[in-house]
This record gives sequence, structure tokens and C-alpha cells, in this order.
Amino acid sequence: MTDIQAAPAAAPAEADVQPAIELRGISKSFGPVQANKDISIRVMPGTIHGIIGENGAGKSTLMSILYGFYKADAGEIFVAGKRTEIPDSQAAIAAGIGMVFQHFKLVQNFTVLENVVLGAEDGQMLKPSLAKARKSLTRLAEEYELNVDPDALIEHLSVGHQQRVEILKALYREADILILDEPTGVLTPAEADHLFRILDNLRREGKTIIFITHKLREIMEITDTVSVMRRGQMTATVKTAETSPEELAELMVGRKVLLRVDKEKAAPKQKVLEVENLRVVDDKGVERLRGVSLEVRAGEILGIAGVAGNGQSELLAVLGGIMEGEGHVRVNGAELPLSGRHADGQSRRRRGIGHVPEDRQHEGLIMEFQAWENVAFGYHHDPRYQLNPLLMNNAAIREDTAGKMERFDVRPPDPGLHARNFSGGNQQKIVVAREIERNPDVLLVGQPTRGVDIGAIEFIHQQIIRLRDEGKAVLLVSVELDEIFSLSDRIAVMFDGRIMGERLPEETDERELGLLMAGISEEPDQPEWQAVDEQLDRKEAQAAGSDPAGGE
Amino acid sequence: MDRMPGWADAVLVPLISLLLAAILSALVILAIGENPIDALQLMVEGTLMRSAGWGYMLYYATNFMFTGLAVAVAFHARLFNIGGEGQAMIGGLGVALVCLYIPFPHWTLALLGATAGAIVFGAAWALIPAYLQAKRGSHIVITTIMFNFIAAALLNYVLVNLLKPVGAMDPASATFPATTHLPSFQDMFATADTPLFRGSPANVSFFLALAACVVVWLLIWRTRLGYEIRSQGFSESAAKYAGISPVRVIVIAMLISGGLAGMMAINTTQGEAERLILNMTEGAGFIGIAVALMGRNHPFGIFLAAMLFGFLYQGGAELALWTNIPRELITVIQALVILFTGALDNMVRMPLERVFLGLRRRDAR
Amino acid sequence: MTVMKSFLGAAATLALCAGAALAEPALIYDLGGKFDKSFNEAAYNGAQRWADETGNSFRDIELQSEAQREQALRRFAEAGMNPVVTTGFSMSTPIANVAGDYPDTKFVTIDGYVDPEEHPNVKSILFSEHQGSYLVGMLAAMASDSGTVGFVGGMDIPLIRKFACGYAQGVKAVNPDATVIANMTGTTPAAWNDPVKGSELATAQISQGADVIFAAAGGTGLGVLQTAADEDILSIGVDSNQNYLHPGKVLTSMLKRVDVATYDAMTAGPDLETGVEVLGLAENGVGYALDDNNKDLITDEMKSAAEEAKQKIIDGEIEVHDYSSDDSCPALSF
Repeated sequence: MTDIQAAPAAAPAEADVQPAIELRGISKSFGPVQANKDISIRVMPGTIHGIIGENGAGKSTLMSILYGFYKADAGEIFVAGKRTEIPDSQAAIAAGIGMVFQHFKLVQNFTVLENVVLGAEDGQMLKPSLAKARKSLTRLAEEYELNVDPDALIEHLSVGHQQRVEILKALYREADILILDEPTGVLTPAEADHLFRILDNLRREGKTIIFITHKLREIMEITDTVSVMRRGQMTATVKTAETSPEELAELMVGRKVLLRVDKEKAAPKQKVLEVENLRVVDDKGVERLRGVSLEVRAGEILGIAGVAGNGQSELLAVLGGIMEGEGHVRVNGAELPLSGRHADGQSRRRRGIGHVPEDRQHEGLIMEFQAWENVAFGYHHDPRYQLNPLLMNNAAIREDTAGKMERFDVRPPDPGLHARNFSGGNQQKIVVAREIERNPDVLLVGQPTRGVDIGAIEFIHQQIIRLRDEGKAVLLVSVELDEIFSLSDRIAVMFDGRIMGERLPEETDERELGLLMAGISEEPDQPEWQAVDEQLDRKEAQAAGSDPAGGE
Repeated sequence: MDRMPGWADAVLVPLISLLLAAILSALVILAIGENPIDALQLMVEGTLMRSAGWGYMLYYATNFMFTGLAVAVAFHARLFNIGGEGQAMIGGLGVALVCLYIPFPHWTLALLGATAGAIVFGAAWALIPAYLQAKRGSHIVITTIMFNFIAAALLNYVLVNLLKPVGAMDPASATFPATTHLPSFQDMFATADTPLFRGSPANVSFFLALAACVVVWLLIWRTRLGYEIRSQGFSESAAKYAGISPVRVIVIAMLISGGLAGMMAINTTQGEAERLILNMTEGAGFIGIAVALMGRNHPFGIFLAAMLFGFLYQGGAELALWTNIPRELITVIQALVILFTGALDNMVRMPLERVFLGLRRRDAR
Repeated sequence: MTVMKSFLGAAATLALCAGAALAEPALIYDLGGKFDKSFNEAAYNGAQRWADETGNSFRDIELQSEAQREQALRRFAEAGMNPVVTTGFSMSTPIANVAGDYPDTKFVTIDGYVDPEEHPNVKSILFSEHQGSYLVGMLAAMASDSGTVGFVGGMDIPLIRKFACGYAQGVKAVNPDATVIANMTGTTPAAWNDPVKGSELATAQISQGADVIFAAAGGTGLGVLQTAADEDILSIGVDSNQNYLHPGKVLTSMLKRVDVATYDAMTAGPDLETGVEVLGLAENGVGYALDDNNKDLITDEMKSAAEEAKQKIIDGEIEVHDYSSDDSCPALSF
């Protein structure tokens, strides 16, 4: 904080250019909580302006004010140099501001075209509007690489495509200023890359983009200028080219942050988790795991890399007792049932498997439960949590929770607070504390730092490594390659329900893993049809009475 | 952050809803040329100023507590059990069979037996929709509502063809033996000098309902089962992660719900009519939905809401007795209260929330 | 409201004087409600006639729930209303429960039966519906060309079987070879008010050859009468005189004088004689309706045959079997 002063965004040379958006002295509080405090920011036209900050720093509030969802308690908004009141989102659209929310606001069973037109129809008749929209959609698609089938139903589109529809919606309403709120949170790396290309094209066409994120890598990659927010205040605005991730992290968190995790070399011991030929077919009859085999030893972290949706979730789900599967799974040499009554989460926990699920909001936690109730979640049969055979000992659980909150630095350390009122990082700390303090032999970890702020990421990574150092087996699934590299002792890559290959982190690089993630193996396994052909050849040869052509 | 204090949510919202319903009812009464103040006075005097009035109010409240709790338990597992009516009818059948065919030496044993009968029969009636929901995904709202009709038809068949004494006009069972007679409040509290609760139907099952409130509270917030029910209700995917079987929780929650709904029959069938009659539920299964909504699915709230609806029912009877307000209009007034406290809850909550936020903002400055 | 106020005042005075001289009568309708175009409405008409003629007033209530039966009885009794007249057999059990607590109040149950030995202050009024039905059965058989007549009952209870049985006996008395088709609308109270089902049953019976149909089914009967008129056959009404509903199409109506019973009870006032009263042909409690609307349908022969049978029943020469006496019927099987 002290060594970097809030630098004015506009360099003297640009001083005569009107900012596309200027906020002056914006303040907003919710009851006693000051979400935004005297925030001023200038966004120059034709640039990508990043706003970075930890969860709860006030980024979303600020953008909600700009988009007319909240009314600021104090401050002024200037659009293209003109003071503008934005009482609601209609006014924001009229002022040329478009917003792409983290959670899309699309009608699932409407087509792309209908969603784009919805709320921006000309007149009573729908047909001319649709025709007009179709034309401009085609144009926009060409200009900005925003290709989406106009007649596809939203529910049939991938997340990345749905996001494009949101952008198209804003552009169709002739937005010059586009706000994107954590746009990459839901995207695969490839989708994120494509999004960045789109943003680049938009910038080239003179659009102004405000890009909200908590990921430093993205800021460095795409933005021109970056503003850092912390606890409702704007701590700095700097040129991206003139800063570094370390500096930004420090500005965000308010202290020095280690971006790489320090860890000792692993000392793997006996096999703890063995998976053999695991197969899973989902409700729709699609085969999600096609014979996965792997092993994790005591004292090592096996990282599973892969683009989301290639079976990693199902792997965790089967091991965690959420889904049923076929094959063999052994923990400490003992076979685990993979279907039936004894293949549930309770049985897995009894067998020493802890599980930090990929989706803490829908699996790991119950948002409507208080923190202490969540600490008992999955372990509510624990004898220590019982008062007598009938009643639970809520006081004991609260006490246990208070201890965990202290040890894992959960803030605020209030066991009675509902889970939804914690920030993403603190929610995740509650889950990690619950699972790690059970001292499991195997810890399954899915996307441990998704939607988690930098300060908490560092802490959670340290806890996982500490567990490894205590001689436990850790199976880590993450779509963030950085995370895989910094935590894993071995890396396995999954593609289309199979393990494409295993690498040691020190002997591979992102390029090689990226190829494996895309299903391209450097030493390709023989495709099945070739094997069949060979067999046939062999049979023909045998029939002809000669020796088999191909030796083994 | 954007919330109002808990007390306002729990107390102020229902009170304001009630007030709005009262104002609208007053306008309706005015419109047909009666005096709403007099009407209210009549309701209060006829219900709260006489012990017999209390006796009726508590009798109705007993029904509503049981059915309200039934709806609430299911709702904690996010199951909307609208089948309380049918479960109560079949529960009544259980009560009647136990009371008619098992010779009890004393009413306490008869109460135990009838309770068991009510629970088993009511729960059994909830079992099929529960199974269909858990295993087949058939929506519980649809199945329970259909089971209400089947229950009515079944009860009718049993009464007309099997239980009705020869020569009787009523589709009703024979009167239960005297040893199954539950002590009414009159039996318990009236003395020769002070004839309390004279002729009113409130009986010992009121205390059973109070006990049920406490047990349900313990169940939901103090037991593992309640914890699992709430987990399942909030998030099925999370429950699965925790190793809580949705099938098991759905079935058990519905069994408890059906058992509670069935228990209402102890009050009406064993306590009041002392025989099984066709019209034994009188819509209490449906009122239970409103009671649970208004009581925020919390046993204490349900107790208060049940008392309120008990008051409205008894007060409605007073209006019918002493005024020319037609019967249909009394139903309209009761419906207004249900509408405002149940269905239009958000209409009151949202503006109130805004008021609170506004106040807080001013404080913060 | 004024009625109520004056009443409350009166009630207070009464409570003080403990006298019964000023007593108003009260009327409690069964769950069907006051204006059911049938049974309850007949009681209301009788009470209203009494009020108009004497200039006095009475209080009445439409019940909403089962528990209110006893409540209404008690509240009226406590308020000094006397007598308390009730309609429908469902009131007999509550009256039996309550009567002992209010020995000075007279209770009347129309269609219900309360043991007079146990409850000396209760009057049970029953009707010999089988006798009236016998007469309309005779008329039906005489009017029928096809030799097939119909009966549509409301809710399947012994009372309605009593109607049907008397009717069938009358038919067979005229034409032993005649066919009687009897249907009940349902087994729940809803069967009293389902004109659509009544119409369906009538159509079905017509297709089986019936050309006279007797409807003893409350509101359901209106559908029967309508269909009969539409299909140009004859029908027979019940309880009140329903001949006017379709003049020239309704052969006659089996009268059950609930209105008279109510009127008489109110006229007698607190001095009402209690006990069980059975109103039959002799007491003019039941009968068949003859007016301008059906004078062309009932020939002199038919009338004299009916009158002769009526006299014989009164004299005891003809014994019409009462279904409810032994739950069986010699002329009709259900």
C-alpha cells in the first residue's frame, strides 16, 4: 500500500480524451457494511479496464450501481463526459452500457434469437424484430468471432456459448461499454481463450470493456489498465504493462502473498488408493468413465488435469460415494463396494475417505445451514456429536466448529453465521477444515480454489500439502493448470473418460499437458479398429496356411 | 445483508398480513350492511370470554396443530404434502377400528391404542405417494392430492358397507364403547360450582397436540433424522454428497407427516364424535397448509397459527349463530386470512424489508 | 345486526329472569344449507309462515362443521330459545348428547329419532314416507303405458330405500307384472345435489323403457324432472309440491310436510308435546299433490283408486311394508 500510490489512470497525453465512464466519489453501504467507499475511477474508451479484488471487496456492488441495480448513497456517474443518472437498468442500456452477469439471465427454452430480442422488440409484431436480429447477429458473429447458431435453444448450448449470447444481447442493444462480471469462472481454458479473442476484437472496434475478476493471470493477459479494490475501497489504478502479479496480489490482499507454493519433495510410501478399470454410466446412459485405472500412495498428491467434463467429476463422485460405478477400488488393500447400499458417502467416510467436492455451494455445504451445522455435515453420525442415542449434541458441534474456525482462520469466526453469508474463500475453508481435520487416509479434492480469493488459495494449498506431508494420499482434480503444477507430485491427464497419460510435473510443461487434455497422445494407443483389422489379417493368413504376418 | 431482523420476519409480517385481512373482511361485512366492529366483538366475546368458546377454539386448534405439523415436517424435506386430508381420513379409520374392536379397560390405554392406529394408518396412506416420489419421481403434490380422493372414496365404502350399524341413516360407524371415551376439558376442569368448558369438544388430545409440537421441534432441530430431513430439503445434491439417502429421507419424512395428519383423527373421531363419521376432517388437512405457511414451519409458529385459525373457526360459528352474515361470507373471511398470511406473504414482506433497509441506512449515516 | 342486538338484550334479560315466557324458537338446518330447494327449505318455509302469521321472529343457523351441531344446540338452549327445531337425521345423536343438560328446553328432530324414555324433552318427528310413496307408486303404474317405471334415489341410505320400497309396492299393487328400475345417485351427501347425475340416471332408465320416474333425491331430482320433461315422459316430485316445475309433465309429487311439522312445532312453542310422532297419511304428514298443473294427468279413476287405497291404509286394511323396520323389501331388491 505504501509503496504504490493510487496512480491516475489517464496519462497526461490522454488527458484531452473524454473517459467513456467516469465515477466520482461513489459510496454505498448496506446497513453497517460499507460496500463502496468514495470510489473514483476513469475508464478510457477503447480499452479493457480490469477491476480486481478479492471476493467481497465491493466489485460487484460497484458494477451494480453502474448498471442501475443499486442507487449510490453518494457520488456521480459520467458517461462520455456527461453526468448521467442511472436509476435502473433501462437507463443503463440507454446510456450504452451492457452487462454480462456471472449467472446468465437467459430463458432456457427460448432460442438464441428470441433471447437476444427479448425486451428489445420493435413494436408489437415479433417477426420483423427477429428478422432484424438475425441479420445483425450474422454481422456481429463475423466481426467479433461471436458465432452461435441463432436457432439453437439455450438449454442445448454450452456455458461458453451461453456467455456469447449474453454478449450478443448487449451488443444488439448497441452497448459501447460492456461490463463482464467474473466471465471466466464458468469457462474451460479453451472457452476462456476464445472469450479473450472476442474481447480483443471488441476493443479493436472501439468498444470499452470493464472486466471484473479475481484472477491475476487474466488481468495480466487481457487488460490495459487495472484498478484494485480492497474492502470497499479503490487501492490503486495502474497500467497493466507497468505492474506485476506479485504487486497486484499484494495490493489486493494487503500483504505479501506467495503465488507459488513451497513444498518439500514428496516421499511416497505404500499404495493407499487403487482404482482399477473404473467405469461409470450416467443417468442419460452416457459412459462417463471408460476404464480408469490409477493409484495414489501415502504421502503424495496425484493431480488430475483435464478440460472440465471429461470424467473428472464422475471420478470424484464415484470415489466419494455419490455415483455408482463398476470396476475395482481399494483403500489400503480393502475392496470398496461401488454400488448398492454400502456405496454411499457415509460408508466412504467410515473407510477413511475425505472429500472436498468440486461444487461447495451445491454439494459441500448447505447454504441455509449455519456454519456449525455444516461442520457436522456428512459426519453427523459421529459419536462425539451425540448427546444420547436420540439427540445430537449441538453444543459440542458448535464448540468443535469454533475450534476449526480458529485453526483455519475462517472469518468471521462465528459458528452461528449461515454459510451463504461467508465469502467463497471462507466457505471453502469450512469444507477443507471439516474434511482435513477428520484425518482421512485418502483426501479427494475437487477444484479446491474455484471462486476463492488469493489469500485463501494460499492457505488452502498449504493445508493440502500439510496433509500430504503427514503421509496421506491426496487425489486432486482441478481445471486450473497452475494449481495442478504447483500442488501435484504426479499428474494424470483425463480426456473423454480415460487417463491419457501420466507425467511428472518437473518433466513436463503446459504445452504437453494441453495436447493430452485435447486427446492427442504423443504415443498414440493403437486405435481399436486397427487391432481388429490386424486380427482379421492374421486369421486370413492362418486360413491360408502361412505363418502369422505380424509378430507380437 | 439485505435482510430484516428475524423478529420482524417472524412477528411483524404475519401481524401486518392479519391486519390487512381484517381490514378487507371489515369492508366485506360493511358491504352487506353489518357492523364489523360488532362482528369482531361478537367473535371475541363468543370465543375468548366464555370457557366453552375456548373449548371450541382449542378443539379446532388441536386439529390444525396436527395437520400443520404434518405439512411442516414434509416441507422441511421440500415435500409439499397436500394429502393431509386423506391421511387424516384413513387415520380416522385406524382410530375407529382400534376403538371398536379392541376392548380397552381404560381410556389411557384406548388413547395409546388409537394413537398407534391413527399413526399407522395415516402413515400408510402417505407411504405410497412417498414411494412413488422417491423411486419413480412422481410429483408428490399430484399423488397426494389424488390420494385424498381415493381416501374419501375408501372411507365412504368402508362406512356404508362395513361399519355402518344396521338400520342407521348416517354413513357413520357405531358409537365407540364408553371405555374409549377421552376426558373432555369439561370432565377435567369443571367442578360442580364452576361449570367450565360445558359441552365443548376440546379434550385431552389437545395436550397430545402440544406434545407433538415439542416432539416435532426436537425431531427437526435436535435429532440426526431431522438434520438429514433438513439437509435433503435444502439441497438434494449436498445430501447425496453427505451420504444421506434421498429415498430414505423422503419416505421417512412422509411417513411422519402422514402419521401426524392421521393423529388429528384422535381429536375429531375419538375425542369429539366418538364414532367415525364421513365428514370427520372438515378440511382441516387443507387448513394445515395455511397454518404451516403462517407458522413458518416452526412448531411454535404452528401452535400460534393453529390458535388463530381455531379462533376464526369458533368466531365464525358465533357470527353464524347471532348475525345474519351468511355462512358463505364467513368462509370468505376465513379464506382472506389464509390468502393474506399464506399466499400473499411476500406482498407484505417485501415492502417491509424496504422500510427496514431504509431505516438502517438512516442509522448508518 | 339490530336483530342480533335486540336478541342479545333479550337473552340477557332471559338469563336474569330464568323465565321461558318470552322464548323465541330456533331452527337449525342440516349441512345442506337453508336454500336447498327441498328438505331444509321446506322447514324454513314453515318457520317463515309461522313468523308471518304471528308477527314473531325466530333465529336460525346453517351449520359449517360437524362439531357445530352440538354447539348450536347448546348455544340456542343457553340463550333460552325454545323450542329448538332441527332438520335431518344427523341431528339426532347430538340432540341425545345435549338434551339432558337443558331439561327446560324442548328439542325437535325432524327425520331423526331420539329415545323418548331417556330424553323426555325431545320430540322426534318421523314421516311414513312408505305410505305416501305407495300412493304415488299406484299412480305411476296406472299412468305407465310400458309397464316399466323408474325410481331415482339420492344418497343410498335406509330412508331413501324406504321411499323406493313403498313406491314399488304401490306399483305392484296395480300391476303385478310391472318392472321397477331403481337407482341411487351415490353414497355420499353429494348425492343430494347432483342434477347432472340425476339426468344421466333418468336417461338410462328411459332407455330401459321407463315412462314414469319418481325422483326422491333432493336437488338431484331437479335433473331427473328436467330430463323426463325433455324426453316427454312423466316424473314424480318429492317433499314439496314440485308439479309446477314442468306443468303437464310432472305426474304428481310425494308430499312430505316438513313445513307443516316445523310450523306446528313453532306454534306449540315451549308447551310442545314431546315424544315420538309419526306423521302418515292419517295425519296428512305425507300424501300426493293434486293441483291445476297435473289435473289432466290424473284421471278420475286414478284418483278414486288412490283415495280408496289411502283410506285402506289409514284403516289398516292395507299394510305397506316399511323398509327401515327390518332392512328388507318384499317388492324390490336393492
